[in-house]
Amino acid sequence: MELLRVSGLEVSFDTPEGVVKAVNGMDFELSEGETLAIVGESGAGKSQLVMAMMGLLAENGSARGEAEFQGKDLLQMKPKDLNGIRGKHIAMIFQDPMTSLNPYLTIEKQMTEVVMHHQGLRKEEAREHAVEMLRAVRIPDPEERIKQYPHEYSGGMRQRVMIAMGLLCQPDLLIADEPSTALDVTIQAQITQLVGELSRKTNMSVILITHDMAVVAEICDRVIVMYAGEVVESGTAADIFYRPMHPYTKGLLASVPRLDQVFDDKLHAIPGNPPNLLELPEGCRFRDRCEEVMEQCVETPPVWQGDKGRMCRCFLAGGSEE
Amino acid sequence: MSKPVLRVQDLAVTFTSMSGGLLHRQERQIRAVDGISFDLMAGESLGIVGESGSGKSTLARAILGLIKANRGRVMWRGEDLTALEEEAMRQRRKELQIVFQDPVASLNPRMTAGDIIAEPLWTFYPNMDRLQVDERTRGMMKMVGLLPNQINRYPHEFSGGQCQRIGIARSLVLNPRLMICDEPVSALDVSIQAQIINLLKDLQKKLGLALIFIAHDLSVVRHISDRVMVMYMGQAMEVSEKARLYQRPLHPYTSALMKSVPIPDPERARARSHDSWLTGDMPSPYRRPRGCIFHDRCPYRVKRCEADVPALRKMENGDWVACHRGEDIDLSI
Repeated sequence: MELLRVSGLEVSFDTPEGVVKAVNGMDFELSEGETLAIVGESGAGKSQLVMAMMGLLAENGSARGEAEFQGKDLLQMKPKDLNGIRGKHIAMIFQDPMTSLNPYLTIEKQMTEVVMHHQGLRKEEAREHAVEMLRAVRIPDPEERIKQYPHEYSGGMRQRVMIAMGLLCQPDLLIADEPSTALDVTIQAQITQLVGELSRKTNMSVILITHDMAVVAEICDRVIVMYAGEVVESGTAADIFYRPMHPYTKGLLASVPRLDQVFDDKLHAIPGNPPNLLELPEGCRFRDRCEEVMEQCVETPPVWQGDKGRMCRCFLAGGSEE
Repeated sequence: MSKPVLRVQDLAVTFTSMSGGLLHRQERQIRAVDGISFDLMAGESLGIVGESGSGKSTLARAILGLIKANRGRVMWRGEDLTALEEEAMRQRRKELQIVFQDPVASLNPRMTAGDIIAEPLWTFYPNMDRLQVDERTRGMMKMVGLLPNQINRYPHEFSGGQCQRIGIARSLVLNPRLMICDEPVSALDVSIQAQIINLLKDLQKKLGLALIFIAHDLSVVRHISDRVMVMYMGQAMEVSEKARLYQRPLHPYTSALMKSVPIPDPERARARSHDSWLTGDMPSPYRRPRGCIFHDRCPYRVKRCEADVPALRKMENGDWVACHRGEDIDLSI
């Protein structure tokens, strides 16, 4: 069953230097129970895409296009209706668990507030439910720990609290924006596994936003690769990891330092830096950094499309040029 | 690589925190760095790895005298830095430099890239010729992969990776002999991380620097270190040659850290077992476990680990480990 359909989504920001197009026409679908990764470097537009869907853009930002969630367009919704969806049907967890929790309130207060508001539970019921969720994300001794304040939790535990809060209302969709980036690798692994496991158990859909291909491999079914506001490639996890087409995707995969392979002295790096969205090059946006650049890349590259959402924005895609 | 330029001996840093209010004031001690010793040869590169709270940044700062050590010595080319007067220490800082984790926050937003890179020169050589400083600054920019014509730009006009290059240029402008990099790539995109690691490695070779590279991830350290030290709660768990460490770690904690590095291959990532993963968090520094500090998270613990503290001891092959079972468990990858 289809849960979310995004089509022609554009996000732009009005800045003193001019209009910046952070997202330049996105189309994708997400089914129930599916885990989708949106991958790209800082500034690729991956966070702004979900902020637009959630109605959380900064004041100078605007969104166009459609984002149909369970048949209703999120972009056309009144703030009041959107409030009924956020937290209840769509939950979001952010990169920095410390700044997303209120330091003045106990974990109990912050967690019970959500369910009392959305599900109208009484205080004791809400508390019981919250303790249960903390146990599900493996917070030890949850009956006691729930009385504590965020500063009494470690970084990894705070992020697990954020996930528990996100899951309180049993959302249909969980959006995780770099949920493990600020954490140690040991905790990263736990958090990633936890999200994957909860998704399987409850048939919850997940959108995982990250710059790290290695995290994607652990749990995602499908992958969208973004560069400078555009989708450059999409496909199943197997397509992207075993049969990447776009030189940018190949570069992202090669730059992951890994322990499971024969040691190569030098790491593969993508040269250069992501472009300034106000000074985009003509034609392919990646061509300045591309190792397979050709003369024709000054023209706008064609969009090659395969089966089941497989897509690539490059002259080399589909093998027609070889 | 002949004789050590840096010898750290039993270095310890303890922080004291107050709690309990006016009447029931309680002093509590945190042993952030708890008796660390190691040698670093000229031109050698040592990786230091551990989770947050393991004391790796505090160790770096204590070596540079930015935090006062409570115990131990830092011998820099035969001289004990912890015993130096302030001015003498300030002069040594020319030789000892540090690069910080957050490339954007560690640069003054009101200074141009050129001024940031040249500042150490003005501090130590106030009478230096302006043209000479300018030339040296442009030379440094070129060396770290920045364009000399970006000299008058401000930090916000650069990307994260470029800001880290500015930080590196600044730390190299005085021709140091030791550079400490404190998680220099943790805040960067993976694609840019690789650029910076390769750059640091090239510079280290070219300039013959002794390098200490701090990270929380063993996969990053692998590309830049000759030896690796693994820290946990202020103590060294293992100090090993790189090639051996990544093939057969000696300490269960090292092995656990390696297993938590994600594999960018869906089939293999999903096929592997999660049984030997680290569970739980590092214990609170106020409640240090008795015996081996790692025992409550260790899948290989035996009765003895709960009571006896394992000393860091030298193995036959020259690597060091702090584990009672160093010889009898095989953690080969």
